[in-house]
Amino acid sequence: MSPRAACRLDTLGFEHVYDYMPGKVDWLARGLSREGEKATEPRAVDFADRDVVTCHLGDRIGSIRARVEASPYGFAFVTTDGGILLGRLRKAAVDADPDVTAEAVLEPGPSTVRADTSPARLRERLERSGLKTAVISDPDGRLLGIVRRADLPTDE
Amino acid sequence: MVQQVTYPRLRALLDGDAQLVEVLPEAEYAEEHLPGAINIPLKTLDAASAAQLDKTKAVVVYCWDGL
Repeated sequence: MSPRAACRLDTLGFEHVYDYMPGKVDWLARGLSREGEKATEPRAVDFADRDVVTCHLGDRIGSIRARVEASPYGFAFVTTDGGILLGRLRKAAVDADPDVTAEAVLEPGPSTVRADTSPARLRERLERSGLKTAVISDPDGRLLGIVRRADLPTDE
Repeated sequence: MVQQVTYPRLRALLDGDAQLVEVLPEAEYAEEHLPGAINIPLKTLDAASAAQLDKTKAVVVYCWDGL
């Protein structure tokens, strides 16, 4: 729809027309602010803890362990400099040889959910799967945070 | 000339003085839209409805997912 609208504006003489093709779905999946009647409805990202332990591929496990032990989660995430999520370091990996790199022991491609996922629906999914946490990322794969099942409401 | 943009470029345009237009139907706009966007549904987009836009400034249009 937006390509046709952009083309129409072009034919009407507008010289600087841009089409944000990823659209509203992309914006909402980033957990960005919005306006309108549904703008106050909570989303999964509203329950996210953004203060999670992250490291880079080349970091030594020994340099990460203390931060993980001080966090409430017992795991860490491996990201790029730009925050793109590459993998997870579970407790067993963090307790392993302190001289190995994160790259050597990471669990690649952890599952993530969109920022605008319904909190009640996410809670149901986590309960069905027996999981206590969900990882939230944006459409570019950038880590946004962790949501704990216990923090999510049961009803919408 | 129409340019397709993704989020980083959109951000830059909005940080400037770009005008943001949702072209979905009014009901969908009323439910949820990007901050500052105005609504000109595609079915109503013509010279008259576009007259509320400033032709000298950038205009960014969007719908649900570009389709």
